[in-house]
Amino acid sequence: MTTGQEASRKTRPRTPGRGVPLALLAPALLGLAFLLVPLLALLLRAPWRSLPEQLTSPGVWEALRLSLLCATTATALSLVVGVPLAWLLARTDFPGRGLVRALVTLPLVLPPVVGGVALLLALGRNGVVGQWLDAWFGITLPFTTAGVVLAETFVAMPFLVISVEGTLRAADPRYEEAATTLGASRFTAFRRVTLQLIAPGIAAGAVLAWARALGEFGATITFAGNFPGRTQTMPLAVYLALQNDPAAAIALSLVLLAVSIAVLAGLRDRWMRTA
Amino acid sequence: MIRSVRRAGKPRRVAGVGAIAVLALSGCSPSGPGSSSGPEGAGVTGTVTVFAAASLKETFTELGERFETKHPGTEVTLSFGGSDALAAGINNGAPADVFAAAGTKAMRLVTDEGNTAGRPSTFVRNRLQIATAPGNPLGIGSLDDLTASGLKVVLCDETVPCGTAAQTALTAGGVGLTPASYEQDVKSALTKVELKEADAALVYRTDVRAAGDKVEGVEFPESAEAVNDYPIARLENAPNPSAAKAFVELVQSPEGRKVLDGAGFLKP
Repeated sequence: MTTGQEASRKTRPRTPGRGVPLALLAPALLGLAFLLVPLLALLLRAPWRSLPEQLTSPGVWEALRLSLLCATTATALSLVVGVPLAWLLARTDFPGRGLVRALVTLPLVLPPVVGGVALLLALGRNGVVGQWLDAWFGITLPFTTAGVVLAETFVAMPFLVISVEGTLRAADPRYEEAATTLGASRFTAFRRVTLQLIAPGIAAGAVLAWARALGEFGATITFAGNFPGRTQTMPLAVYLALQNDPAAAIALSLVLLAVSIAVLAGLRDRWMRTA
Repeated sequence: MIRSVRRAGKPRRVAGVGAIAVLALSGCSPSGPGSSSGPEGAGVTGTVTVFAAASLKETFTELGERFETKHPGTEVTLSFGGSDALAAGINNGAPADVFAAAGTKAMRLVTDEGNTAGRPSTFVRNRLQIATAPGNPLGIGSLDDLTASGLKVVLCDETVPCGTAAQTALTAGGVGLTPASYEQDVKSALTKVELKEADAALVYRTDVRAAGDKVEGVEFPESAEAVNDYPIARLENAPNPSAAKAFVELVQSPEGRKVLDGAGFLKP
């Protein structure tokens, strides 16, 4: 997230007469090339001629619709529980907070497939919690669209929590303290003061979580399986197409890439400039 | 998706260097160590890299161990994965000596590019079974039973061999089945049954056998319509041709056959 740099570039003029040291420039350009060349290769090798044909198959739009729906729902879910969790970690002191914080970030380092297996063991039909969901409410989550949303939330929410927690720590707590001194309850202070202060951080975290959810593969295919229109999101469609039809896989990847760029660019203009 | 199992043979490095030195000194090897392999694979040394279909994991791991015992100073590196993915790897220059696929289609991808040495030969065949929970609590006895409402069945995706076989069997039986999921490979389909998330799956009988008492296999007649041939071949650009030859010979020997039979594979 480049929100900080973007803002500072505008407010603080660059120091004139000082070139960029080569020792920084060279690795920076190498890093940039490393990130861009694979995407460029995707464009160069794209089956442009057969692209219209590839993209008019109904399966593509079904998968895209499902991807957007699930990633957005997962982001909303992450916001509802993730922001309060971030507040708890940043603003309160309780024994074992460091441990809780480490546990929250665990899905960041866990291979997503392991996350998917863990979700099956917890929320599967036979899982620790899932067997009661099935027995009491008749709800089974694996192989459903709700399962996709949960898998994506599991993987994406830590990004939001970390991002919001960082913003909260950087925000001056004295505004909240002033509000409570003036008689506001702690919740009102959170709602009326803190949320306004950290809105850009929440937006950045939400975008990050949304992007992660959109690209989610491992946890989704493990927990929710793969069925067109119900649980087959774009990354799953790309992976399976890659097995026997690389051209179709590239075409699908291009769609996902275009949508991601469009959404990220759109959001950046709307929200992040205000950071 | 490629898992690699590497076992370290103890004095292999020294032995390998020694063997090469002997060969070089004796001058009996004009075109490299490849031409010096005798009937019992004398002179076989070094690392042999085998790319094998995921369903061969148990048997080829066992055969790899036997190969190392038979030919001291060798090391077998096994790489298991989806047959098509492995074929793509080979065609893109992966340094493999032997390729064993779970279907003729994946092997054809490699032969079409001229990347096999000689014709591939079918060494085993495999057919499908219905995998159910231990004891078959729902009393599933046929493909038709899988269409019962409320039953959660998983199939392999049609892009992988076990999915193609499943569709062939379903078509042969005239059974219209809507599964809960099309899994990305046979082991994932089996896992869903092991974890009791799915009530049944169509998988290879060898996978049912390998899962031990965690699942139960149910035979069904339509599986005869969807038998998979498993071809094996040495590769054209094999870094270690003599060891490749010896490994393929071991797989096709009576000893290799016994290991494969024991796992539930059918004779070619």
